[in-house]
Amino acid sequence: MSETTKETGLRLAPNIADPDGFYAELIALHEGLPREDSEALNARLVLVLANHVGDREVLRAAFAAARLQGPPTT
Amino acid sequence: MTKIFETPLYPYTRCADQDAAAPARHKVVVIGAGPIGLALAIDLAQQGVAVTVLDENDKVSWGSRAICFAKRPLEILDRLGCGQRITDKGVVWNLGKVFFDERKVYEFNLLPEGGHKRPAFINLQQYYLEQYLVERALEIGRDTGLLELRGGNKVSAVTPHGDGVELTVETPEGPYRIETDWLVACDGAGSPTRAMLGLDFLGRVFEDNFLIADVVMKADFPTERWFWFDPPFNRGQSALLHRQPDDVWRIDLQLGWDIDREAEKDPARIAPKLKAMLGEDVDYELEWVSIYTFQCRRMEKFRHGRVIFAGDSAHQVSPFGARGANSGLQDTDNLAWKLKLVLDGTAPEALLDSYDAERVFAADENILNSSRSTDFITPKSQASRVFRDAVLELAEHHAFARPLVNSGRLSLPATYDGSPLNGPDCAAMPARSRPGAPASDAPVAGGWLIDRLGNRFQLLTIDVEAPETLVIDGIAVERVALSAGDDPSGALAARYLGEAKSAVYLMRPDQHVAARWEAFDAGEVTKALRIATARGKTRGRG
Repeated sequence: MSETTKETGLRLAPNIADPDGFYAELIALHEGLPREDSEALNARLVLVLANHVGDREVLRAAFAAARLQGPPTT
Repeated sequence: MTKIFETPLYPYTRCADQDAAAPARHKVVVIGAGPIGLALAIDLAQQGVAVTVLDENDKVSWGSRAICFAKRPLEILDRLGCGQRITDKGVVWNLGKVFFDERKVYEFNLLPEGGHKRPAFINLQQYYLEQYLVERALEIGRDTGLLELRGGNKVSAVTPHGDGVELTVETPEGPYRIETDWLVACDGAGSPTRAMLGLDFLGRVFEDNFLIADVVMKADFPTERWFWFDPPFNRGQSALLHRQPDDVWRIDLQLGWDIDREAEKDPARIAPKLKAMLGEDVDYELEWVSIYTFQCRRMEKFRHGRVIFAGDSAHQVSPFGARGANSGLQDTDNLAWKLKLVLDGTAPEALLDSYDAERVFAADENILNSSRSTDFITPKSQASRVFRDAVLELAEHHAFARPLVNSGRLSLPATYDGSPLNGPDCAAMPARSRPGAPASDAPVAGGWLIDRLGNRFQLLTIDVEAPETLVIDGIAVERVALSAGDDPSGALAARYLGEAKSAVYLMRPDQHVAARWEAFDAGEVTKALRIATARGKTRGRG
């Protein structure tokens, strides 16, 4: 676990079982969708996941991680 | 029928000041007889301070303008003696519906907390509010001789001196000059006073136009607030339908930025939109049409020596969330008692700096809320629009997204956390009534708590013995004695006692909490009163 993880509670170490299976499902979700619909779907997905997380500290850390900010995970 | 906004209510008449050899000296002059200037003048006169209101006009404003009045301003209007009339005339509503495209995506009920004299909100045209305030002001003027309302009096020059302000006033019979100890500018977002003094008014411009229409119609729409995002009748934009008294309906249509403003106001151009919105068969009459843009901005400071700004002249917000007139009334609530004590010589001028601190804090809260609503309603980037639409789509299916829908947030009064006037707190008591908070109403034996508070410093005691009156440095503090027996609903205990067995609250004349303890101690009350009148060591931010 990196320092960032300890401070914010955001998991940045691998946490998804069957990564290849998950990735295939994520791509399949968007299959055949025009770019606009895909964009809308992604926005809804972000909101659903953000609500599940709930914790504002964790969400802020996730925003930073998504922007590739902060120290890399070892 | 002659509409109220076509009737001169305080026509120009010649006054003695115009024939005086030297400029007459006033205690307080208020510029602007809109809702804010009138409320301030009534408050001051009620507290025994002579006040003169100058306005270039002599009528109430044309068109409905501000239409939503929240509970706290209604309580202030109660204290000013016209809350009942305003509430009786207003339309009470609790249900809001939100539409996206052609579908209703969710509805909300304001579900106002029980045990309050006044509802969460009423809708009322601003011209009625102004009419009732004008009539109340004229009544107090007749009864006390302390309030003078001068129509057709336009201030054309403002010259501040160290201990007062000199004014030049234009009238139909020529100009005259007066002086005043204190000048309060309640002359609106375009404040000529602010311009004459060359003062700043900084903030954010929203690049959007809104068509606002008052429509008179007999329609069976329910008394609800309906808000549309991206409806078929106003594609890509927003719309609002809200009921007012007298079968007048407020319709608000977002138009976008690049429009021909004059062309958009043409009734022939408006008709198809309204037909599409209201139904082909609805007969309506357009009472008032206006196009507005808005900005969220405020002055850096609301007090400039002997010149003080209140209402839209000091701060401006978007109309979403009803924070314009509502916050202006709270400005006057905050200012009137402080001016009185300073004029009486029982508090130093520094007390007026707390008006600046507290109301700038409140203005920032209002600007933040109003800017966020505006950004949701009129997204300014592609990503912002995609997330906005995602929230609306999700709101139809999942409860979690509904709190994210922002078509305007309820206007709630600011709690002056960190105010230099705040005294000791008591951790056992509920946070909602902490120092800086406005009093929460509650039913008490024989009526409402809110009706027993205000206009002077008070010691609200619950199951505590204390003197009926304390006089501290020339300021009287009167006791309001309550006990558990006065609390039929339990609301008093829930809102003021919490874990405590008893309570002593020092209440300000504006019904805000100054300090609170579990037991009475004359020394503690004295210290807190000095803090609350800017004569003590402050606890909060300086």
